[in-house]
Amino acid sequence: MEIIDNLALGFSIALSPYTLILAVVGCFLGTIIGALPGLGPSNGVAILIPITFTLGLDATSALVLMTSVYYGAMYGGRISSILLNIPGDEPALMTTLDGYPMAKAGRSGDALVLSGVASFVGALLATVGLMLLAPMLARVAYLFGPAEYFALYLLAFCTLGGMASNNQAKAALASCIGLGIAMVGIDSASGMPRLTGGNLHLYDGIDFLVAIVGLFAIAEVFFFIESHGKNSSIGVKLGKVTIPWKDIFDTKWTMLRASGVGFIAGILPGAGASLGSFMAYMSEKAIAGEKGGFGTGVAKGIAAPEAGNNAAAGGALVPMLTLGVPGSGTTAVLLALLMTLNITPGPTLFTDRPEVVWGLIASLLIANFVLLLMNVPMVKIFVRVLMVPPWVLLPGVTMVSFVGIYSLSGSYFDLLLMVGFGVLGYVLRKLDIPTVPVILGILLGGNMEDALRRAMVISDGEWTYLYSSPIAIGLWIAAIVGFVAPMFLRSVLRKPQRITD
Amino acid sequence: MKPRFLKVMITSAVLGFGATGAMAAECVAPANPGGGWDFTCRQIGKIMFDIGAVDKPVQVTNMAGGGGGLAFNHVVAERNEDADLIVAASTATSTRLAQNAYAGMTADQVRFVGAIGIDPGVIVVAADSPHKNLADLLNAVVADPKSVTFAGGSAVGGFDHMKPLMLLQRAGLTDITKVKYIGLDGGGDAITQTIGGFTQAMTGDMSEIVGFLKAGDIRVLAVLTDERVAGFEDIPTAVEQGFDVVAGNWRGLYIPRGVSDETFDMWAGRLQKVADSDEWKEAMAANGLAPFTKVGDEFQGYIDNLIVEIRQMSKDIGVIQ
Repeated sequence: MEIIDNLALGFSIALSPYTLILAVVGCFLGTIIGALPGLGPSNGVAILIPITFTLGLDATSALVLMTSVYYGAMYGGRISSILLNIPGDEPALMTTLDGYPMAKAGRSGDALVLSGVASFVGALLATVGLMLLAPMLARVAYLFGPAEYFALYLLAFCTLGGMASNNQAKAALASCIGLGIAMVGIDSASGMPRLTGGNLHLYDGIDFLVAIVGLFAIAEVFFFIESHGKNSSIGVKLGKVTIPWKDIFDTKWTMLRASGVGFIAGILPGAGASLGSFMAYMSEKAIAGEKGGFGTGVAKGIAAPEAGNNAAAGGALVPMLTLGVPGSGTTAVLLALLMTLNITPGPTLFTDRPEVVWGLIASLLIANFVLLLMNVPMVKIFVRVLMVPPWVLLPGVTMVSFVGIYSLSGSYFDLLLMVGFGVLGYVLRKLDIPTVPVILGILLGGNMEDALRRAMVISDGEWTYLYSSPIAIGLWIAAIVGFVAPMFLRSVLRKPQRITD
Repeated sequence: MKPRFLKVMITSAVLGFGATGAMAAECVAPANPGGGWDFTCRQIGKIMFDIGAVDKPVQVTNMAGGGGGLAFNHVVAERNEDADLIVAASTATSTRLAQNAYAGMTADQVRFVGAIGIDPGVIVVAADSPHKNLADLLNAVVADPKSVTFAGGSAVGGFDHMKPLMLLQRAGLTDITKVKYIGLDGGGDAITQTIGGFTQAMTGDMSEIVGFLKAGDIRVLAVLTDERVAGFEDIPTAVEQGFDVVAGNWRGLYIPRGVSDETFDMWAGRLQKVADSDEWKEAMAANGLAPFTKVGDEFQGYIDNLIVEIRQMSKDIGVIQ
């Protein structure tokens, strides 16, 4: 069995003490980041990326650390959902619907354990899915030419844009801002500088990590300054934590179904974990019907979204690794990390760098067990963390951001640029314009332009080439549906504007 | 650089004129450690010492910047008569000189002393392609340039783009601006697009295609070397198919212009010794290089012709004025 051999290779890397420590640290930091309201997986990973450069980690180690943070944040998000009725991150929103009522009924410990187990099931199944599906999908890359890639990038913009805002026009505007920023620098086909204003620092384009840290981390600090750092407080007391065996047993089918739904939602480019938890919750609610009592604090209402969003986190890694197109906001940030580390995602990644891919998969399996331990027996530690006052936390975020970006490029111009992006992020959020499409634009704009230009060379400028194959047509239809459909689902899909994944 | 430069100056002043033979030679790699130029300096330098061609270890200096332009300028402006200096070079050096990418400096400001290995150029099609040999493919392009798109790992105007153009000129195509070429991020992507049928042929280097060759997805129409490459004896050369093009990413050295002919011959001789050594054969096998030994005046002639040809083609396709 090839998979067994590959896994053996993966575990030989993941079980080295150093990698193992990184995975544990990543899980711990991730859970904290997820638990803190406001900090979600995508800005959590964005804040921590500079640390990987400061520590001088190699590709595999950096990837293991960051994906552990990602998985950890997906676990941690449920803690404040259940205890505070504030989602720790956006995918955990659906968990508040039944989690908080259950906690108010005096069963906060049960709710935390049950949701932790559901997260474990979802993430474990998704990692197995990733393991089985990704190598198969790697062959799919042979079916993708410039036209198909162009349509695929468009799909990512449309579905993420469609999910990321309650207003499609604002999402489209945000994508265009990102695409515009991606145009800065030397045009690879003609060698002419574009939009640089004669500034030599801009000839190489704008580093997406600078933009990401600015838009997420620095903007977060501005919001903190504005709110004068009010302390967060626990709304519901956490009693003795016991394991609710009966609830876990009763929800086993719910967890399995929700994992499947979440995994598929994660694979769709751009849709991400929010869609995963939403679809998992809605489908379970429909199966249970009126008698199910969803929304009043039932076990299934907690298990479904948690299994769903953790499964989606694993699913989102599939298109990122095989096609280089992120499946969610956080994987977009991870893709930026990969590209900075000189790893090109795509079909050859699995043959050229098996140690990266399989080391990552093995680490995810290990991280999952670590996370189960942290989030069930040790959950009280993280409840404590919720009481850390923001005036301690956010100066730390600022310091990490500045040191990290400076160590990346050694250029103080980049620091100014980062602060500039922080201001941009603050203004955009004040205007209710989502920032994730901006990041996506900066990240994928260059590739999308290259794909378009190559398509035009191949077809001698014939634009119908862009939708000339069945795959391309399918992607175009999916893109349009993905952008338009949320408008009609708005009545069902009420959610706050803050998007973190 | 300054302190080391001063040190060299002072040392040579102290030692006087006759002592150059006893001095440690310096090899400048015009890039950061880890790349092809760095490999050239470190391997050639080490083997020269190991086989006794030089009597002190060759010191390697990394001088990255401007795609090799910084080191080129340094040699021309400050070290023009330094007999103990060698600089790593490759196809990229000659292509950039031909396209005037070193801020107006020209190839005749240094002396190209030799190349002793090459990553051979290849022309590849998908296994199910209708083009069975190089003539099939080239004739199809000559008949209808729109019918074939080439994919390669370098940008428009880069050396991967030049290889099919050289072949097509030999095949009788007059207007090479009609040839369709897309540049992707590396040879792997270019092959993927070709196997997928989006482009009809791939132009790249041997080292980029070995993995795909084993998988049986591709057919190599030609390798652009004088002789068939050891280990790949079933791949025909372009020369034996009637298209006289020898091109690839060669690894070699240049030295300053201002040295004597004796110094030039001395370095050529040392390089020949490295090329003949077993150590170098091992290093080539480990790094996917094929033998390509041209030293002394023969190499200078090869470079001069290559630069003239690339400059003319770059003008023809509009990369330079």
